[in-house]
Amino acid sequence: MAAAPFDIPVLGDPAEHPVPALKPGAMAASKPYVAAEAHQQPLGFPGELTEGWEKRAIDHMGSLLSKYRSLRVFMDICVKCGACTDKCHYFLGTGDPKNMPVARADLFRSVYRRYFTPSGKIAPGLVGARDMTKDVLDEWFNYFHQCSQCRRCSVFCPQGIDTAEISMAARDIMDSIGQGQKYCNEIIGKVHKIGNNLGLPAPALLDTLEGLEEDILDETGVPVKLPIDEQGAEVLLVTPSADFFAEPHVLGLIGYAKVFHAAGVSWTLSTKASEAGNFGMFIGNYDQMRKISMRIREAARELGVKRIIFGECGHAWRVAYSFLNTLAGPWDFLDPRYPVPQHILEFTSDLIARKGIKLDKSGNDGMVLTVHDSCNVARGARMGDKPGGQFTIPRAVIAASVPKLVDMHPDTICDKTFCCGGGGGLLTDELIELRVKGASPRMEALKDVVDKQGVTHMAAMCAICKAQFTKVLPYYDFDREMVVSVHQLVSNAIVLGDND
Amino acid sequence: MTIFFAILFSVSTLVLVAGLAMKIAQYARTPAPLKIPTTPAPLTTGGVALRLGREALLFESLFRGNKLLWLFAMVFHLGLAVVLIRHARYFESSVGPLVALVQPLAQPAGLAMVAGLALLLLRRLVIERVRYVTGPSDILMLVLLLAIGVTGMAMKCLIHTDIVMVKAFFTGLTALELRPLPNDPLLGLHLLLVCLLMIVFPFSKLLHAPGLFFSPTRNQTDNPREVRHLAPWAARLEEK
Repeated sequence: MAAAPFDIPVLGDPAEHPVPALKPGAMAASKPYVAAEAHQQPLGFPGELTEGWEKRAIDHMGSLLSKYRSLRVFMDICVKCGACTDKCHYFLGTGDPKNMPVARADLFRSVYRRYFTPSGKIAPGLVGARDMTKDVLDEWFNYFHQCSQCRRCSVFCPQGIDTAEISMAARDIMDSIGQGQKYCNEIIGKVHKIGNNLGLPAPALLDTLEGLEEDILDETGVPVKLPIDEQGAEVLLVTPSADFFAEPHVLGLIGYAKVFHAAGVSWTLSTKASEAGNFGMFIGNYDQMRKISMRIREAARELGVKRIIFGECGHAWRVAYSFLNTLAGPWDFLDPRYPVPQHILEFTSDLIARKGIKLDKSGNDGMVLTVHDSCNVARGARMGDKPGGQFTIPRAVIAASVPKLVDMHPDTICDKTFCCGGGGGLLTDELIELRVKGASPRMEALKDVVDKQGVTHMAAMCAICKAQFTKVLPYYDFDREMVVSVHQLVSNAIVLGDND
Repeated sequence: MTIFFAILFSVSTLVLVAGLAMKIAQYARTPAPLKIPTTPAPLTTGGVALRLGREALLFESLFRGNKLLWLFAMVFHLGLAVVLIRHARYFESSVGPLVALVQPLAQPAGLAMVAGLALLLLRRLVIERVRYVTGPSDILMLVLLLAIGVTGMAMKCLIHTDIVMVKAFFTGLTALELRPLPNDPLLGLHLLLVCLLMIVFPFSKLLHAPGLFFSPTRNQTDNPREVRHLAPWAARLEEK
């Protein structure tokens, strides 16, 4: 086990739903770095907290309350029933009571009550209303960065309260007064300046793609192309920049390229839209989310493509599937026969069903797979034309590519899936304790199928999940290479003919 | 006592109706700029109506999340529903068919309501996690409802009040006519607590009743690729 300066949660039996005893203050010190002025200003946020921030925070809260029905309604309707209290992976991993969704939301709600409700103005003590102070702000900063906006709590809430909406609003308020989070805001700056989250400039991208083409040729003898900025291609592929950078992501990218090649569909990447991710969602900022989305519209227009397909990325798919039409639509200049956008898994699964590509499972001999449903795909989006397609389509593609696929405990998959522990803008080194502990419910369910069913690998369909698992698996005595891309499995199994 | 309650009931009703109307109007007016149904979600409006119906009547999500709490909540809410319907007999001159239907259930429903409340209160005090998130107002709300239920059941089963007079008072009130209320302390307490409940309703977590129907995670259709969803304030950004 990797040496860690904190306790690694003990993994139990997922069927027993182990819930920790409360450990108040256990994660009170966990916080990401505060954004410096250099990370704030490119996004139009103030560089630091200045005199009078309290009032500006409350004014901004008022503005969000009038713009977002979710926030408006969720502030009033929680009955504190506690159905959510044992649902958050960060609570289950840390025992810190402020990581129970209702308690996290109440950090925000207490301030709302004080300034926006008669009962909070008249009897703050009775209804738990608090003034906006620096202590409250610090608590917000720490605990709203211990929420990965995975929406698992929203599945079980009898009122449908989604803590992600509250944590997004809290982060937007903090940005608006100069208390931003470095990790997210620095990345958004890179998207605007360079084009992607990792800050890979165009020449580096071209170089990488060329190298990958050579690797594929060496390995398969087939000249599979990875085109970029190619005018008139049919498909624009928008994928997380991690796919250009590291394993297992890049093995997935090779898989997409092989699928396009085998299907004989012309496609291209774009240097302008060299990032599927949209951290504007994590910071709850509509303007940023829209600006980042508009790059994709511009790239699609400039390249003259007919379809847009997204690579494997969880939150990117939520923004793409659920918000892209709103943020950057209408898409009337694209081919109306296809949904806009499509997921690469929809594309591949359709080809498999139509026998448009051939898969040979022996390419993944010896592997027993399980699949990690990414939170944003599972609870914030869909694939295909039926509800729940986001669960059946990835499983169909994996099952067609590998000898054996088994599911983890039913309370940890599909819409009850656990976040990997690194989503929502928390995939940063200073939060490693939170990330390791927050991964424990997923690790528990994984260990269960490893021990009982001989699972060797876990497929993920999200860049953040893949990066997070690669990092935290060793803390639980698993091999970091256990996590694989779904299209990595397709890549290993696909039969490349001479159809080009 | 008659004049006092005549005024109090008029004021409480006004606060309840106006307060709720204002809150509902506020929820309805506030746009939902993004499609955020918790998926898998229905693809059609009919499907959404069914989802909301299941949430409101069967507490579907709660059932998936916590079976014991679901049971307690069901016992209380079903009891309350029957009790509320039955109380309509004090406001209508002739007893309607729905009221007649639930009449035989009056006593078990009252008991269910009180038992459900007692269990919910006990749970709040016993389970560590729930105790942590419980504030004074959460306890007071349960105690208020419990006191209404207990005083009501006491009048039903132990110390009867003159319900013919009570009915005369309320039917009179709805016709803007003052008819005497029985001078009965238990009844007075019961009515006082009911008025209190009506007054706090629009300012409290009891808003979960209308609020559920405005919850975007539950009331939105899953069709963002097919239909462009645009809030008025977001549409204005496009004009720039």
